[in-house]
This record gives sequence, C-alpha cells and structure tokens, in this order.
Amino acid sequence: MYPSPENTWRPGARTFYWSCVVAVTLVWLTPIFLLLLTALKSNEQINAEQGAKFTMPAPVFPEGFMTILTDVPFWSSMMYSFMVVLPVVAIAVGFATLAGYVLAKHKFLGRTWLFAIFVAGNFVPFQVLTFPVLRMMQDLGFGDWSPYNSLWALIIFHGAFQTGFCVFFMRNFIAALPTELIEAARIEGANEFQVFSKIILPLLRPALAALGLLIFTFVWNDFYWSLVLTQGDLMLVPRQLVNLASGQWQNRWNVMAGGSIIVALPPLVFFFFLQRQFVSGLTLGAQKG
Amino acid sequence: MSFFSDIWQAIGPSSLTLWLIGLVAATVAVAFLVGRFFRYGPARILFLAPAFLLFSVFVLYPIAGSTWMSLHDVRADRMICSDGREIASLEEGEKCRRVQKMEFVGLANYKRFFAKTPRNIERMGKEVGKLVTFQYLNPTLTEKERKKAKPSYPRLTDAGEALLNNVIWLIMFQIAIPIGLALAVLLNQNHFATRLMKPMFFFPFVLSPTVIAFLFQFFYNTSDGSPLMWFFNAVGWGKDGILGTNGWSNIGIIIAAWYPQIAYCVIIYLAGLTAINAELIEAGKLDGAEGFTLFQKIVLPQLWPATFICVVVTTIGALRSFDLVHVMTVGGQKSEVLARLMYEVGFGENGGNYGYGATISVILFLIMLVFIVFFVTNMIRQADD
Repeated sequence: MYPSPENTWRPGARTFYWSCVVAVTLVWLTPIFLLLLTALKSNEQINAEQGAKFTMPAPVFPEGFMTILTDVPFWSSMMYSFMVVLPVVAIAVGFATLAGYVLAKHKFLGRTWLFAIFVAGNFVPFQVLTFPVLRMMQDLGFGDWSPYNSLWALIIFHGAFQTGFCVFFMRNFIAALPTELIEAARIEGANEFQVFSKIILPLLRPALAALGLLIFTFVWNDFYWSLVLTQGDLMLVPRQLVNLASGQWQNRWNVMAGGSIIVALPPLVFFFFLQRQFVSGLTLGAQKG
Repeated sequence: MSFFSDIWQAIGPSSLTLWLIGLVAATVAVAFLVGRFFRYGPARILFLAPAFLLFSVFVLYPIAGSTWMSLHDVRADRMICSDGREIASLEEGEKCRRVQKMEFVGLANYKRFFAKTPRNIERMGKEVGKLVTFQYLNPTLTEKERKKAKPSYPRLTDAGEALLNNVIWLIMFQIAIPIGLALAVLLNQNHFATRLMKPMFFFPFVLSPTVIAFLFQFFYNTSDGSPLMWFFNAVGWGKDGILGTNGWSNIGIIIAAWYPQIAYCVIIYLAGLTAINAELIEAGKLDGAEGFTLFQKIVLPQLWPATFICVVVTTIGALRSFDLVHVMTVGGQKSEVLARLMYEVGFGENGGNYGYGATISVILFLIMLVFIVFFVTNMIRQADD
C-alpha cells in the first residue's frame, strides 16, 4: 500500500497529515457549501444580500425549493429527461452487450479494427456530428412526422453515441471472463444465442449495473444535444435550468441554487447508494495496463 | 391510385427511412445467407449488427457528412426537398421533406476560418513577448507607457480567439491530473475518516456541467462580500470579477471545469493506487529510496495506466468544452472556444450558416484526430497483450 498507513507514522507527521486532510476537504467543498447555504435562504434575505454569500440563512426558509415545486415547465422537463434517459440506457447497454461478447470472445479477421472504430468514434468531439445528425433527423420519419424536435431525436442519437462507450466497456469486461465456460457450453451443444443468454448474461450483472449507472449519468447531464435537436418547450432538465435562470429566475439566487440541487439529485442519489458499482465502472482498465 | 398515394404521403416512410430499413433488412439477409458457411451460423453478424449499424449511421457517417458539408454553403433558412427537387417547382398541394440546400463552394469556408491568420499570430506573439520580457515592470517607463506595455488579450478574429482559447484549455485543463493525483495519495488511507471523505471528492464527477457552471457563477459572483471579492479587488478586476475580465474569463471557466475533472482523476488514481505492487515499494525502500524519489521512481511508473486514462479523458474534455462556456459567459469576454463558436455560427442570433459551422467542427475534429490516433493505437496495443 502506498503511502504507508498513517498510524505507523511519527506523531508530528500524523498531526500534519490530518490538518492537511481537513483543510483540503474544506477548500474542496467551499462551492458546495455556498450553494447549499444559498438554497436555504428566504427571498427576503436574498434580495437584501444581492448575491451568493457565505452568510448563514436566517431564518432557514427554503423559498427557492418552494418556487421550483410549483414550476410546471421544470417538472415536465424532469419527466422528459427520464423519458429520454431510460430508453437510451436500454438501447446502448443492450446492443453493446451483444457486440461486446462477439468482439471479446470470437476470433475473426478485423475484430481489432472493429473494436478500434468503436473506441475512436467515442473519442470524437461530438460537435462534429451536429449538422449531419440534425439533417438526418429532419429527413427521417414517416409521412409528415420526423424525429427532429421530438424526444425521439435525442433517444436515437444518444442511444447511438453511447453505444461506443458501452461496447468499449463491455468488450473489456467480457474479455476478462473465463473462456473455458463458453467452450464447455459449446461442447454440450449450446448455440451462440444460448451461450450468450445462459452463460454470459448471468455473469454480467455487476457490469450491467455499473454501465447503466454511467450511461444514465452521462445522458442525464447532457446539455448540448437538447439545445441542438429540440426547440421550444421540449427541453431536458439541464437546459431547462439554464433557460429558467436566464428568464424568470434571473437574480433569484435561492431558486437557481435549489434548481441546481434538484437537477443534480438523480445521479447523486444513484452515486451515493451504488458507489461501488459506479467507481468500478469508471475504473475498468485503470488498474491493469 | 391517388387514394394510395395520399396514404403513402401521410404515413409512408421518407426516402432516408426507406434506405435505413433496407440496410437493416440487407444485413439480416446477409447474416442468414453467409452465416450458414460459418461455424457459429448467423449469430456473429446478428450480434454485431445492431450496435455497428446504429453507431455507423449516427456517429461515423456524420463525421464524413460534416467534412462534405464543410465544402458547401449551407444556410438554415435555404431549404430544398430531400429528393433534390426545388420547393418552388412543387405542384399545388404536393408535399416534400425539406432539408437545407447544399451549394458547393470548395474551400471557401476554410479560407474564411484561416483569414488573417498571420496577423493573428503576430499579435499573439507580441503579447506573449511582453509577458515573457516583463516590459511593463521597467521602472523608467511613465504610467502611460507602462499601461501600453502591459500584456493584454490580443485583438484576434473570432476563429483565432477560439483557437487560442482551445489551446489554453488543452494545456490548463491537464493541471487537473496532478491535483487529482495529489488528492488520491492524500486520501489513500484505510482510516474510517478518509473512507468517509472519499465520496465527497468523487461526487462532483456526476454533476451536470450546467450545475457546475452555476456552482462557480455563485462562487465567482461579484456582489459585496461575495467569497472571492477580496481577491478580485486585490488583482484589480473589481466588480468585473474573473468572468467579466477579458482573457481571464477563459481561465475562470477552466478552473470551474477542473472541479469534476479532478474528481474523475481522484477516482482513477485511487483505483490505480490499490493495484500498486507492495513488494516493489519494499524493495525500493531497502535500496534507500525515500519520499519523493520513491514516489517518482517506483510509484509513478506503476500508475501509468491510470495516468494514460486521465490524459485521454482530460484532452477529450478540453476539446469538447461547450456547456460551461455557453452557460457562464456565452462566449463573451474573450472566452469563446471552437465548439461554441460553431454553435454560434450555426444556431446563434446572427447564425444559420451551417456550412461554416461544419467547417469549424471539422477543424476541431482534425485537432482531436491527432490525439485519437495516438490514444487508440496505445489502447489496441494494451488490448492485444
């Protein structure tokens, strides 16, 4: 273990270490404290202070949260976000698991290249996709209907884009599973569909949870594509937050702070309850070279 | 006859939709026709196809599409039927699916982007020169001369400004990595207090960039008695604050962007630290390595996989930066970056120029491509081992 356990250090070093930890933590959390303090202040106090300050809320009166609770556009955006994120997680994780299995456990010509394409596509600055994707969304569809300016555009695009990361993740995870299991099942006469559903899928449960959480967070936090692919009231929460903050919530710091906290809440709740899955998902590949 | 064509008009798929349906059908057909000659039947193609088709159509093809579009003049409000007919030539009551018209203009968009590049470089060089030589500290200068000699943000074209800011992002954003490493080393203890504190350092990673932007707008606010006002006054920005000062607004945004990025690096490095080989450390200690030497010679090389991932993600993040700039300054106060300039050109108030927007995004992509090739070859090498 590096560094060595602190209880083996000299007393002076330990005192120094712990004061460092406390100081660093305080500095690190300063912006968060400011946000929390502001969210708990009353309108009166906010108007008197004209900004976000390190003053105690007196009295503690979350008028900001109360304003948000009655804000219809905000809550419909919240619903839109869930309506986009959940199908995207299903599409991206589902398709990528199938592809990841073949890329990890089948040897065929060009599999490295195929994998490289998924990885490389995932690194692209996604802004380069903007105009063609927009054009395609206008051009796709049935009759007069096109996915442009509907939640479908976001579902389709995010589903496709996140597939890249999911394939990368799933291929690496499945590659680490023992090949002997698959060989044994094949000798028993199982076809590929049975191998996948009976052998691979049960072993993937932790990976599926970790990946699902990551994709949920990535797509929930998306701002850019909601800005480009939808117009009007059809906004996902991060964009709605910006929209309200530059409109009717302008200079109402407690409402903005409360709104930020509510937008951050779904990923945060997942993170704190399923921290181990989350971290294991992120750190796949960080340990072995 | 007209009855059926009316129905087709109302619910029939557009030609692009038909193409995609055809593509899917062809893939399935090929899977079953070719599959019989392979050991595993059609399974392999059927497993790969959904992910690959979706990814090709909506991620790989648009890269080529953007490059093609960057050679054209495309305007948001100049529409044409997607099958190539002019809208004016349509008969009464006839409908068609409208997309933007593309007129080939060759490299005109790229010329616009790189217009006045030598002048931009000269002006940047001048400011950097002043910065390096500390001219403005010369005690013989009068107050007026000193002001003139003081480095300031150079007057550049929009493209030059965005390019410069992206380079600053690319360099400054990497500082999140050593900070993350330091925090990870600090927190890598088995004490219950550090275990309790680790999630506090992890969670900014899951915050939306919009929330991060607000968080730091609060932090940087310039009302009396705001947390950083003493600092803004001390360096002479006063009521403008960091976000209202030309040039420094970019730095302010980058520092805000550090917050989730440091959190990410802490997560990655803590995972890397748990995998450190204890025997190597003991051997190093026996050989007399101590303190920083031990860290540099024995620990750091073992953390290379973690460092690699952090560099990859940080570089990508620096070039993709859009949300924070858009929310915090809307590109004002000289904080424009390429991704946001592209948005401004395409969708902003005086925008609607999709062709030029695509050009900017392609240039952004080409910058990234250098890194992508390096990263991917490295990763493939790792995957092959």
